Amino acid sequence: MMISEMWTPVLALLQQEPSGSFGQRLVQSFSQASTTSFLFLSAILFTVGVYGVLTRRNMIVIFMSVELMLSAANLNFITFSRYWQTQGNEYAYNGQIMTIFVIVVAAAEAALGLALLLTLYRNRETVSADEITLLKW
Amino acid sequence: MTFEQILFILFAGIVVGGAASVLLQRNPLYSAFSLITTFVGLACLYVTLKAQFLGVVQIVVYAGAIMMLFVFVIMLLNIRDEDTAVDPNRFLVYLTIPLGAILLGALLYVVTKVNLAQPTGDEGGTVERIGTNLLTKYLLPFEATSVLILMAVVGALHLAKREKE
Repeated sequence: MMISEMWTPVLALLQQEPSGSFGQRLVQSFSQASTTSFLFLSAILFTVGVYGVLTRRNMIVIFMSVELMLSAANLNFITFSRYWQTQGNEYAYNGQIMTIFVIVVAAAEAALGLALLLTLYRNRETVSADEITLLKW
Repeated sequence: MTFEQILFILFAGIVVGGAASVLLQRNPLYSAFSLITTFVGLACLYVTLKAQFLGVVQIVVYAGAIMMLFVFVIMLLNIRDEDTAVDPNRFLVYLTIPLGAILLGALLYVVTKVNLAQPTGDEGGTVERIGTNLLTKYLLPFEATSVLILMAVVGALHLAKREKE
């Protein structure tokens, strides 16, 4: 399987010449395909995750926000998998396979991260990201 | 408004509401429960996208196993509530605005440039199709993840083990 071969339909999509104004095209995209709504939902979910990682102080909640970001990526994968299925693309199911791998990695990450957190709490009695300053210069 | 659109709005509301609640709760345990709600909503969305197998995996692995781990650790550590959920004084808050703007800009650019067609048909990601793909085309990555999981389990055991006096 050639990587370049996989990208051909995607590149063909991006080479289209759009017509009409920006607003018209946006409304058309929303009314034409449910894919657009799913992409926006995924973006919202990802942004909420980023906001959580940057603003919360509790390490456990930071981990949960990372899980939110991973889920947003999963939703994007599945949305495009669905889109390519109906376009007759033979690689359409790659998106769903990828999602399974993402879930596996998320499980490994959660197990290791929480074990680290447990060790940290045992040694320093805190899970606040602001108070973990051992490596701070 | 079609039936699919009504379902999408319902599940999207659950997902976004749950995600916002994860950030707004002061007690991490309530955050974990909100996250479970989000994952269940996402599983419903996967089913509407004809990814039935992944919808079930999402509930069993994410909402079941991973979140149980989170709840377990939260209860084990017995963490007290924070004063404020979101710290308004962290300078990092201001990083989120350009990041969100970049994401929104990229999304609007792609969505207005590309003519996406409405997906139709009912093929879907059945167990058979995903299993065939995993055990033929993706056999090597599939086996590699089993080693990864094993390493994660051994590492977690070693880290969480109480040191001998």
